[in-house]
Amino acid sequence: MHAPSASASAATTRLHIGSDADLAWVRHEVRQAAAGLGFSLVQQTKLVTAASELARNTLVHGGGGHVEMTHLEDGAGRGLRLAFTDEGPGIPDPELAMTDGYTSGGGLGLGLSGAKRLVQEFTLDSRPGRGTTVTITDWTTVLPAARTGGS
Amino acid sequence: MAEHDTALGTAQELGAFLERRREQIAQRWADAALFRTVFTVSRDEAVEACKAVVDALAEVARTGRLEDVTAPGFGAVRDQLGRMSASRSRAGQNPSQIADEIAGLREPVGALLRADFDEDAVERTHACLVALTVLMGTLRLVVLQTTVHAGEELIARQREQLLEVATPVIRLWEGIVAVPLIGTLDSARSQVVMENLLEAIVGQRARYAILDITGVPTVDSLVAQHLMKTVAAARLMGAECIVSGIRPAIAQTIVHLGIDLGSITTRASLADALAHALTRQGIVVSPRPAAGASAP
Ligand SMILES: Nc1ncnc2c1ncn2[C@@H]1O[C@H](COP(=O)(O)OP(=O)(O)O)[C@@H](O)[C@H]1O
Ligand SMILES: [Mg+2]
Repeated sequence: MHAPSASASAATTRLHIGSDADLAWVRHEVRQAAAGLGFSLVQQTKLVTAASELARNTLVHGGGGHVEMTHLEDGAGRGLRLAFTDEGPGIPDPELAMTDGYTSGGGLGLGLSGAKRLVQEFTLDSRPGRGTTVTITDWTTVLPAARTGGS
Repeated sequence: MAEHDTALGTAQELGAFLERRREQIAQRWADAALFRTVFTVSRDEAVEACKAVVDALAEVARTGRLEDVTAPGFGAVRDQLGRMSASRSRAGQNPSQIADEIAGLREPVGALLRADFDEDAVERTHACLVALTVLMGTLRLVVLQTTVHAGEELIARQREQLLEVATPVIRLWEGIVAVPLIGTLDSARSQVVMENLLEAIVGQRARYAILDITGVPTVDSLVAQHLMKTVAAARLMGAECIVSGIRPAIAQTIVHLGIDLGSITTRASLADALAHALTRQGIVVSPRPAAGASAP
């Protein structure tokens, strides 16, 4: 997880996720924000793709919800945090859900595990019956070792 | 109970008034932009349209369902109202402006109503005016519904057209077809792409089908799944699929996602894909000898 010194600057945007069109909008907004922060094209593409996976999960598995997009700033650089939240059925077995190829529907089962590989920070918080929040964060300077507290 | 009876009584009184003053109301409404710009052939036509609306309102009032947008009385004019609001939006009015135009119809009726009622019957007049306001508010909602409905239909139609035009199958060569995919590949579009492509494979006896994704901004697991399904279906039809236009950033992303496109033939560009298909067909494309070079 990121050091608590990271401050969420004022800019938090909330986008509704309730339809396929909303997914396209989420991708668009994430790409804009990532480009604005100066992320490289590869990093932008990875983040947008992770966002697409998680937003679709929010829609398809969570029955709809929203994403909160927050600009972050700490000593080392700037970041973008995306928190996808729904009040759907939740994930009974998170470990299983995070397994490559596991799907409860007809998907490829690569959304959660793939998204985790595409970004720098990933947390899954789900309570069965209450809903799911998946949070991902990417930073402009890639120093994951320093951030995790290890050295 | 008594209150209910009074309310019904008032509504019916309003209904009777509307019926009585049908002609006058229609004459006053016929000059309003709402009717005038729709029924342009003759003023009589506009007057007739107005009468139809007055009749509908009178009918609804008689049944006491002043606030009910589903009252059967509105049924007879729903189509007409829809056409009116559609033509108003074509004239550049937005839904709330159209709603305002409807609201504007109340005043002339209110004036007639005040003139019509006994000066002593202040309370009854007032009650009828309130009922009229409620009824006109409901009419406004009915029109707004038809406006929104028309808008939705329009969007759905345009969406369908977009699906059609955005996924053309191009014949590149004898036996080689290509689909340049552009934009978001959601499930609906993927379905159309697959159907069009399979049809083209059959219709053109194509042995090679190129799916070019240069114009697809994001390839996530769903898009990849659609691509793989399309490739598999094409294979069943006896055609080999080649996916081209995978940009470097997308290639890296696909790998990190964990998607295995190993079973699919891929090429960097549409030109490379075409060259591959031609070579496989035994067709050799060589540059024309430079001008002036002597033929062997
Ligand atoms: N927001 C969510 N709410 C409930 N279940 C979820 C949610 N996100 C993921 N899951 C569960 O985790 C599984 C794996 O998700 P994912 O890796 O995206 O694969 P896929 O979406 O292709 O099934 C899903 O099939 C679903 O059962
Ligand atoms: Mg998924």
